[in-house]
Amino acid sequence: MSTRQVSAGLHNLGPVDQIPFGEGRAFGVDGEQVAVFRLRDGTLRALSAVCPHRGGPIADGTIDQRVVMCPLHQNAFELDTGCSTTGAEPLRSYEVHTDAEQNIVLRTGRSGVIN
Amino acid sequence: MTTVADKPQDTHQRKPQSRQGKPAARRRLVVIGNGMAGARAVEEILARGGAEQFTITMFGDEPYGNYNRIMLSHVLSGEESDSDIFLNSLHWYQDNNITLHAGVRVERIDRFTKYVFANNGHVVPYDVLIIATGSQSFMPPMDGLYTPSGSVKPGVFTFRTIDDTRNMVQHAQYEHHHRAVVIGGGLLGLEAARGLQSHGIDVDVVHSGGHLMNAQMGPEGGAILRRSVEALGIRVHTGSRTTAVLGTVGTDKVSGVRLRDQPDIDCDMVVVAAGIRPNVDLAVLSGLPVERAIVVDDQLRVLDEDDIYAVGECVQHRGEVYGLVAPLWEQAVVLADHVTGADTSSAYLGSRTATKLKVAGVEVASMGLRGPERETDEHIVFSEPSRGVFKSIVIRDNKMVGATLLGDSRKVAYLTQAFDKGLPLPEERISLMFDLGAPAEDESVAELDDDAQVCNCNGVSKKSLVAVVKGGCNTVAGAMDATRAGKGCGSCKLLVKQVVEWAADGAVEEDPAASYYVPGIPLDKPSLMAAIRKQGLRSVSAVFAALAPDSGEGAKSKMGLASLMKMMLADQYIDERDARFINDRVHANIQRDGTFSVVPQMKGGVTSVQQLRRIADVAEKHNIPMIKLTGGQRIDLLGVPKEDLPQVWADLDMPSGYAYGKSFRTVKTCVGKDFCRYGTGDSTKLGIEIESRFQGIESPAKLKLAVSGCPRNCAESLVKDVGVVAVEGGRWEVYVGGAAGAHIRKGDLLATVDDPEDVKLLTGRFMQYYRQNANWLERTYAFVPRVGIEHIRAVVVDDAEGIAAELDAAMQASVDSYVDPWSERDDPLTPGQFRASLPLTVLPQVPVR
Repeated sequence: MSTRQVSAGLHNLGPVDQIPFGEGRAFGVDGEQVAVFRLRDGTLRALSAVCPHRGGPIADGTIDQRVVMCPLHQNAFELDTGCSTTGAEPLRSYEVHTDAEQNIVLRTGRSGVIN
Repeated sequence: MTTVADKPQDTHQRKPQSRQGKPAARRRLVVIGNGMAGARAVEEILARGGAEQFTITMFGDEPYGNYNRIMLSHVLSGEESDSDIFLNSLHWYQDNNITLHAGVRVERIDRFTKYVFANNGHVVPYDVLIIATGSQSFMPPMDGLYTPSGSVKPGVFTFRTIDDTRNMVQHAQYEHHHRAVVIGGGLLGLEAARGLQSHGIDVDVVHSGGHLMNAQMGPEGGAILRRSVEALGIRVHTGSRTTAVLGTVGTDKVSGVRLRDQPDIDCDMVVVAAGIRPNVDLAVLSGLPVERAIVVDDQLRVLDEDDIYAVGECVQHRGEVYGLVAPLWEQAVVLADHVTGADTSSAYLGSRTATKLKVAGVEVASMGLRGPERETDEHIVFSEPSRGVFKSIVIRDNKMVGATLLGDSRKVAYLTQAFDKGLPLPEERISLMFDLGAPAEDESVAELDDDAQVCNCNGVSKKSLVAVVKGGCNTVAGAMDATRAGKGCGSCKLLVKQVVEWAADGAVEEDPAASYYVPGIPLDKPSLMAAIRKQGLRSVSAVFAALAPDSGEGAKSKMGLASLMKMMLADQYIDERDARFINDRVHANIQRDGTFSVVPQMKGGVTSVQQLRRIADVAEKHNIPMIKLTGGQRIDLLGVPKEDLPQVWADLDMPSGYAYGKSFRTVKTCVGKDFCRYGTGDSTKLGIEIESRFQGIESPAKLKLAVSGCPRNCAESLVKDVGVVAVEGGRWEVYVGGAAGAHIRKGDLLATVDDPEDVKLLTGRFMQYYRQNANWLERTYAFVPRVGIEHIRAVVVDDAEGIAAELDAAMQASVDSYVDPWSERDDPLTPGQFRASLPLTVLPQVPVR
C-alpha cells in the first residue's frame, strides 16, 4: 500500500469555496458521480451522488454533521460511511480533504486497490 | 449445558448435594407450566439478568414449545397454520440454557425439602419455584359426555390447546361431518363457531346465559351481537342448557344434543366452550393455599411461601382470577422484578381488564363495568341494530368506568387509554363515541387486512407496522422511523398512529417528541418561539447552537426552523441557505429525475396574450418536455434542468408562482360577474388582490385559496385552506380549513362580511394565526378542527384575545418583506446555486410529450 500507487487515485476538484457551508455540490470524477459536502464545521465529506433508492440527486440533499437526506424521498445516509439510516442501500463513501491551497482533494478507487 | 428433554432418559437427575458442588452456584429456578404465563415470566426474568442468577428448568404439560393460545381460533379457521403461532421454538430454550421437559406433568411439590416430582419419575430440586399451570376447559355436567371407559366421547371437543384445535379440524374435515353444536356463547364459543364454519360446518351455539357474551356486555349489546352472529348463518339458542350429548346406539358417535325446554339438535360434533377453570390440583395436593385459584400477594408470591411464586390464569390476586392475557403480562413483570431482585418495591395491584377482539368477525371491545351501577352514573348508549353497531359508555365522576363497543372499534384505542389512565373526558360526551368533524376513517384499524397498505407513499403495510411494534418499538414516531410509514405525503399519519396504538394494545408510550415543533429541538411551538425571542436568535444555526441537545444540528429540523424564523423575524431573519430544502434554494419543485418544474405567477388564474406567447416561446426555446395546466389555474413547465432555471426565469420575465414551497400558493377564481350570468361578486378581482397581497408568504404547510363569485362555487372554495364565496346582497362568506387532496374536508364558515377589504383582512389574520399556532406541516384541515372553529372565530373575527392588531401587523411585516425569489437569477446567492447535481446524467430523463 504505497502512497505513490494510491496517489494515482487522487483528484483535485478545485477551490473549496465552490461549496457553500452546509451544502453539497456534485462532481464528475473519473466517470463517477460524486457529491462533496462542506459541513458547517468546515470539514468535507464525499459520497456517491445518486441515491440508490430512486436515483435522487444526493448533492441537493439537506445535511447536518452526521447525515444527508435525499431530497426526493428523504432517505438518510451517514456522511462518514454512506450507510443508510432509513433502510436504503448504502452510498459509496470517498476520502476527501482540502490541501494547503484550499483545494478539494478526492480519492477515487477503493483504498489499497491499484487502478 | 443444555438439554431439551422430552424423554426421561435424556435428562440426568440432579442430586441435592450439587447445591454444594459448584462454588457460588447459580440458584435453581423451576417453572411448572410452559404456557403463555410461564414462558413470559421466564422471558422477563432473563431480561433482568436472570441467566446469571439461575439455572432454569421448565415443565410443560404439552409436548411443544410455547405458543400463542389466543391465536388458536385463527388456526381453527385456517387463517394461520399451527406453526405460525409458536412464540418460543425449542431453540429458544437451548439458546437460553433452559432445560425444558416438554410433555411432562409435575404431580407434586414438596415445599419443605424443595423438590418437584414429575409424572415420568423425575425429581428436581428448586431454590425458587414458579407455578404457571394455567387453566383448563370447564366441562359442565351433562349426560353422555363420557364413554364407559371414562374418556370424553369421540366427537366431543374442548377448545384450549393446539391438540384440541388439530383434532377439531381433523374431525370437521371428515366429509360426512356437517353439523356442530358449540356449548357456550362466550368469546371462545363464538370463535369456535366461526372457525368451524370455515370448514363448511353448519353451527348452532347453545348458551346458558340470557344473552351472548354476558361476561363482557349487557343485554342490549348481546342482542345486537346475536343479530350479527345470526347474520353469519350461526344459529343461536340462549337461556338454554345442554343436558345430554346424544349418541348413535351401538357406537361411540355423537348424534346430537338434548336441551332443557327445547327440541334436540342433531349434530356430529360438539365443542364445549363453557368457560375455564384454573388448574389447581397440583397446588391443592401440595398444600398450597387455594380458593378459586392459587392465592398470591402483590409480589405474586404464593401466600405464606418465601420461594414459591405463581402467575397467570391459575392465580387469585385480591379476589380476582383473570382469564385474559393482558393481566398476565403485568404479573410476569412484577414477578420477575422480585425473583431477580431487580426491583423489590415492584407491586402488582390488579389489572383493569379491557378486551378488544374480533369475535366471529364482529368487532367487540369491552372494559370495566357492563352498565351503570349507581344512580349518579352516567350511561351513554348508541344503538344501531341494522348495522350491528352498539356503543355503551359508563361514566362516574367524569371518569370512564366501563364501555362496550360492538361493530365499530374506531374509538377503542382512545377509550382504552381513557379507561386505563382515568383521563378527563370531553364535556360533549358524544365525542367519546364518534369522531365529529375529524377526517373520517373509512375502515377501522382492526378490520384492516394485514396486507393492507397503510402508507401509500412508501408502501408500508399494516403487517410491517405491526411487526415493528411487536418487535418492541412502541412509540408512533419510532414505528414511523423504522418503517418510513407516514414519511411521504403524511396524509396517512393518523392511520399510522391508530395502527401502532392498536398493535401495541394500549401500551403506546407517550412520545415526548410528538409535541416538538421540529424533531431536533425538544420544545413545542410556543416554547420554541418564546426561546427564539428571548435569546434573540436570528438564524437556524444559532437556534441549534442554543436550543438543540449537544448543540447539534439536525437535517430533519432545518426546513421547519427556517420557515418558522422567516415568519417570526421577516427581514430580521439571517437566511442561511443550507437550512432550506432544495426547492427553496432554487425556487422550483424538484422532480423524480432531479429536474425542476417552473410555475410562473398567474394571479387568480387570469392570463393574457402576451404572457401566453412568452410562455410558449420559452417552452419552445428550452425544449420543455411537458407543459401542464395545474389544479391552481396556472401553467407548469416541467423537466427544466437546474442549471437552466435562471435563463428560463429571465426569458419568462414573470414572478415566481411559489408552486414549490410550504407557503401561500395560489388563489383559484371563477370568471366572476363580469362575464358569468350568475355571478354576484367580482371574484376574479378579489382573487387577484388576495394573491398580490400574500404572494410567497411562508407557512407551516402549503396554503391553497379560492374565490368563487356565487354559491355555485366553481372555484371550489369550500375545500380550500381559505375559500371565499360571494353570496347575494354583496356579501362574502369566508371558509377556512377545507381540503380536497389527500384528505377531503369541507371548510368551516369563519365569517360573512360585506366588504372585500374585510375579506382580505380576515384572510390575512387567519393565515397569521395559523402561521403562529399550527404545527410544522399541519395543514389547515387538521389545524382548524384541532383548535376549533369557535375559538378561531373568537380570536380572528371578534378579537377575543386582543391580538388582532398584532396579527395584522405581523402579517403586514411579512408582506412588506416580500421579494420575488426569481430575481436571484442575475445574482446567485450561493456559489453554484444552480449547478447540476447529477453532472454526468443527461437531463431531463422524463418522457417528452
